[in-house]
Amino acid sequence: MPAIKAQALTKVFGEFKAVDAIDFQIEEGECFGFLGPNGAGKSTTMRMIHCASPVTSGKLEVLGMDVEGSSREIKAAIGVAPQENNLDPDFTVRRNLTVYGRYFGLPNKLLEERADRLLEFMQLSEKRDEMIQEISGGMKRRLIIARAMMNDPRLLILDEPTTGLDPQARHLIWEKVRELKRKKVTVILTTHYMDEAERLCDRLVIMDHGKIILEGRPRELIEQVIGTDVMEIDVPTDDMESYVKERGWKYERTIDRLLVYTKEGQRVAAELKEHFSMSYYLIRNATLEDVFLRTTGRALVE
Amino acid sequence: MSLISNISWRSIALWKRNRDVFLTTWKTNFVPPFLEPILYLLAMGLGFGALIPEDIVYRGMSVEYIKFLAPGLIAISVMYGAFFECTYSSFVRMYYQKTFDAIMATPLSLEDIIAGEILWGATKSFINATIVLAVVAVLGYAELPLLLIIPAIAFLGGLMFASLAMLFTALVPNMDSFNYPFFLFITPMFLFSGTFFPLSVLPVWGQQLALALPLTHISNMVRDLSYSMATMDVALGFVYLAALTALCFLASVFLMKRRLVK
Repeated sequence: MPAIKAQALTKVFGEFKAVDAIDFQIEEGECFGFLGPNGAGKSTTMRMIHCASPVTSGKLEVLGMDVEGSSREIKAAIGVAPQENNLDPDFTVRRNLTVYGRYFGLPNKLLEERADRLLEFMQLSEKRDEMIQEISGGMKRRLIIARAMMNDPRLLILDEPTTGLDPQARHLIWEKVRELKRKKVTVILTTHYMDEAERLCDRLVIMDHGKIILEGRPRELIEQVIGTDVMEIDVPTDDMESYVKERGWKYERTIDRLLVYTKEGQRVAAELKEHFSMSYYLIRNATLEDVFLRTTGRALVE
Repeated sequence: MSLISNISWRSIALWKRNRDVFLTTWKTNFVPPFLEPILYLLAMGLGFGALIPEDIVYRGMSVEYIKFLAPGLIAISVMYGAFFECTYSSFVRMYYQKTFDAIMATPLSLEDIIAGEILWGATKSFINATIVLAVVAVLGYAELPLLLIIPAIAFLGGLMFASLAMLFTALVPNMDSFNYPFFLFITPMFLFSGTFFPLSVLPVWGQQLALALPLTHISNMVRDLSYSMATMDVALGFVYLAALTALCFLASVFLMKRRLVK
């Protein structure tokens, strides 16, 4: 049974189609990413999965249950770490976990045990008696993830788990997500950080304007859309662009750069050097960020 | 009706959350409801009451002014306890702290959350009114045995005012907007519900207007029971409160859903 199955899933706000008839399937135990610019429909899709937002049309099954009519059962079985910090400021770090666990109807003894275990897991044990206002942003994110695990969920939704965190805090969260994957917890992740998606996700989709525009494994997507190498040429000329175009290479011209996508970076560079004098260029590995920018466009989304 | 069927025992978990917050700051929570009625009894009862040498006639019984005032103070604490809780405090939890959003990701439904908030608001009325009742009873202004029913009225009246408050919480765009329901409903009730003076001094139209105010009924019920009078009005008051509570509750759940579920 797939962890999540969506068919023609649609969400409309008034005239605006936030999610436009998307299909996807997430298998149990995999880490699945939702990428896309702001307003692409990622968070709306997350909200439909955890039953916070009713589906306009289409079908959505979570752990084999229809979101229509089984919201309590679904919410009892999954964990949600929202994008927004909505920890309870009236309680201490540890109390945030036990009080939250109580909403799941868990017995007190289990709540106490789990809270201690999760504080340990997220390296927050020393902060257990601090109030929420007194801990750092990174600790809040970790506490939100710990809180999402109080009901021992089979499926965990992480909505932008590392936004605004310093590198140490991000790496710690990545480590924990990998640990969860080893424990066969299904993880759904949304993120703006392509390196994060590349490291963590088994499969991912890229969304734009409410639609899924790409789907696959990160390495395969890079191979398919970009190749293996990217040659970046600083201050290119129009001649250079026409030459690249004539050769039939995949490329992109930005305001100040020419990006050539290829599987043979060294050979392309050698050939271009024969014809043009280039003040500065570099050859680097293709990344998911290249895929993302190529498919969703470079224009700023506001 | 799905508004009703989505309410479950799980709302108690929300009630417990608010109770736990209340108990962590219990010292500051218990002092005002204890001191406030004493201040009112001193100022209005002894001070202002000294200007009223004659007894007040209530249901054919003559009582001194301070004894007339005392049940009014209990009724007022019922109104303020729930109404403050489910306007300002609920709004802070819903709008600023995003507590409702966080809890909606758990098996609680939005209906459970609203029901839990209203139950807690009623509990605040119950606690505050019982403290005031204790002060009033110790000073000898309320009589056994019927005063023992007053906490039940406080809880029911609390449910009613909590539901009414939740209705405004679902509608207001920001906290300052609560000035309107307070100015238009709460303050007039505070003054004109048979709390500080017997309604019989008003012209007939004024008396009829006062009867439309929910606090008038609570005030009358509490006063009758304080004097250990089992009247028909007490029984009718229960029916009236239960009906109004049901109505406000359904409306508040409906409006809250419209506000929060998108």
